[in-house]
Amino acid sequence: MSKLDKLFARLALLALAVFSSQLAYAQSSQGATQYSGIGRNATPAEVIAWDIDVRSDFKGLPKGSGSVEQGQAIWESKCASCHGVFGESNEIFTPIAGGTTVDDIKTGRVASLSDRKQPQRTTLMKVPTVSTLWDYIYRAMPWNAPRSLTPDETYALVAFILSLGEIVPDDFVLSNANIAEVQKKMPNRNGMTRNHGFWSVNGKPDVNGSSCMSNCIKFVQIGSTLPDFARNAHGNIAEQNRLYGPYRGADTTKPSMDKLPGSAGEGLAHAADTHAASTKGPAALFKNENCSACHAPNAKLVGPSIADIAAKYKDQNGAQEKLMAKVKNGGSGVWGAIPMPPQPQLSNEDRAILVRWVLTGQ
Amino acid sequence: MEKSAHRARLVKAPEHFVSQDLIADINANGIDETRRGFLRKGFLSAVGGAAAGLTAPMAFAVGEGDPAILEKQEWQTTLGKNVATMPYGVPSIYEANLIRRESPGLTRVAASSVAFTPLQGLFGTITPNGLHFERHHQGWYNLNPETHRLMVNGMVKNARVFTMNDLMRLPSVSRTHFIECGANTGLEWGNVAVPTVQYTHGMLSCCEFTGVPLKVLLEECGADLKKGKFLLAEGGDGSGMTRTINLESCLEDTIVAWSMNGEMLRPENGFPLRLVVPGVQGVSWVKWLRRLEVGDMPWNTKDEAVHYIELMPNGMHRQYASIQECKSVITTPSGGQQLLDKGFYNISGMAWSGRGKIKRVDVSFDGGNNWRTARLETPVLTKSITRFNIDWVWDGSPAILQSRAVDDTGYIQPSIKVLRDLRGNRSIYHNNAIQSWKLDSNGEVSNVQVG
Repeated sequence: MSKLDKLFARLALLALAVFSSQLAYAQSSQGATQYSGIGRNATPAEVIAWDIDVRSDFKGLPKGSGSVEQGQAIWESKCASCHGVFGESNEIFTPIAGGTTVDDIKTGRVASLSDRKQPQRTTLMKVPTVSTLWDYIYRAMPWNAPRSLTPDETYALVAFILSLGEIVPDDFVLSNANIAEVQKKMPNRNGMTRNHGFWSVNGKPDVNGSSCMSNCIKFVQIGSTLPDFARNAHGNIAEQNRLYGPYRGADTTKPSMDKLPGSAGEGLAHAADTHAASTKGPAALFKNENCSACHAPNAKLVGPSIADIAAKYKDQNGAQEKLMAKVKNGGSGVWGAIPMPPQPQLSNEDRAILVRWVLTGQ
Repeated sequence: MEKSAHRARLVKAPEHFVSQDLIADINANGIDETRRGFLRKGFLSAVGGAAAGLTAPMAFAVGEGDPAILEKQEWQTTLGKNVATMPYGVPSIYEANLIRRESPGLTRVAASSVAFTPLQGLFGTITPNGLHFERHHQGWYNLNPETHRLMVNGMVKNARVFTMNDLMRLPSVSRTHFIECGANTGLEWGNVAVPTVQYTHGMLSCCEFTGVPLKVLLEECGADLKKGKFLLAEGGDGSGMTRTINLESCLEDTIVAWSMNGEMLRPENGFPLRLVVPGVQGVSWVKWLRRLEVGDMPWNTKDEAVHYIELMPNGMHRQYASIQECKSVITTPSGGQQLLDKGFYNISGMAWSGRGKIKRVDVSFDGGNNWRTARLETPVLTKSITRFNIDWVWDGSPAILQSRAVDDTGYIQPSIKVLRDLRGNRSIYHNNAIQSWKLDSNGEVSNVQVG
């Protein structure tokens, strides 16, 4: 369906609502050509709800308008915290305004893109079309509340941004009726080229390398290296590589080694422990350490159930220590003929956690 | 970690616990209760600690061999973990260093940032799903697959809606392709900026993707592919990411995919649905894909008019540069690594091309003066990563390692100088230059640029 129809449909949306709510969930395969029973036709309301894109020929642009003044008010409440009061902020995202001149508006080419006077490329230095600003703000801004702006608010915000670049005067009202005229004043409207071979897989590359195999260069010159002060700027590289195998990471917390470490890797950084700190709960520990092979929560297996143990030792002084010793050294058949084997592999900490959990459930 | 003592063990019988005098006495006079008592006492003192559950280690003298062989290890002498202890498996604890990482200072907000794949630790061609690089524009989500919809509209006979149930019933294909961000290696346009291959090339992954061919879906909806040469792909995330796809170039091999490497897409990579556009920069592989619109011109969206454009020296920007050209990098050894010793090494790396298959890879050890052809590991697939290996014996002297790939169109990977001479150094995107790693005589490898 065409975008014109879409605009018409927007107006007729209310009339459609009742009709489409009945249609929307009908899993009809109406319109299927080859794969019966798969998919269904979209309702007009559904297409309107989702098809919000605006092309540079303004296909898809909703009717509406907004003034620079209105835009400034919205800007200051919803946008300035990230982008700065005048769109100049470089705190969170790159600046929106700056680097364009009245001359650029005449030529459609931003001079500062080639004279390198501007330290950073701003949005207005790059964007060739107003439609792009309108589409993106409406679809994705504010960053933490996308799709919360109305079309009129969007017009107002675009008008405000354009005024920051002096593309429209401070009393301007931007609307669907005049937006195409405004687009003809964008400072970088002539600054884009599609004349290159990267748009299509069959395009022609702009450069090609050399196939030389021997004696290709007279002199190898190193043009760029990382400065010494940046050695540890990305953290300790030793901790970003395997601690074993032939390719370790260099310990960038220290200066380079004077000589080869040798096959044993002596002198190389070894993170003391690659084991992630165990944050497993007692229940997982109980299973991993195979306690659950003999002890079930509520039923007697080979050994007594957790519930039975907890009941037996309830309110007994010293139960924790007594059972911790029992776990370490083994039991003697208190609950039946089969003694509990010693569990010396458990750390004291793990034994304490397990016994406390058995006794208290905590 | 506390070293475990041993359970379920065989205790070696103690030796030499009986004195020579007692042996002579028993031999001469036989055994009686007194002598039996001596024996018992001697034995008990000999096994000493065993009662407390400790094994007497076998006493090997230093120098008799490798303790890793001579001494019993915990995993030989105790009961291991149960099946399904880890119901969804994770890598060994010894692999904890190989994770996705952000590059410090690259971005200011983590919801619109990059986490790089640790290429320095990978083998073969496939990227494990948990290490696939991440790049989001407005954060990531766990979308509910039950309520996820794909709409196809625009220049089609019928605008249609598909649920995941619908899509996953359609005839699917599984194809292995690389995905590379257009800005991969972009930090290095001006000069060396980052230390390791994780940060220079880590916006690169390669998976087997499963999904329905785009063409099948478009034809099902009656798309006018004569007039409709372009497709808008739109994501369901907050940024509502929109990208124009060039159907003339991409119609045949683009996939509407729900799976990577045999499981559903990970949420960070677009669960439950993403576009797979082989050979084209990652931003066009729209994640959380919710809509496809057929149209007759490109859309000029924000990420086609403000970002993902390439500044040339004359102040013009190239727009819609999409194809990821032929490129390669040596991953072992690579920047930030430390060789232990002189001697033999298998030098290994990855090569890929957005225009087709890798035809050959040459490797230089002297900064590009002389080259040798590497072995390509099979299968060599189109628009996919190909692994190359080459033998090298390092004599301990400084070296500069480079790799140079050629694809089946005949295109040869260029040097950074060739690229800069034409495009300047402010382009950011599509840097497919030959990478140089300098190896010093102390075994350290660092990132350098040559020429």
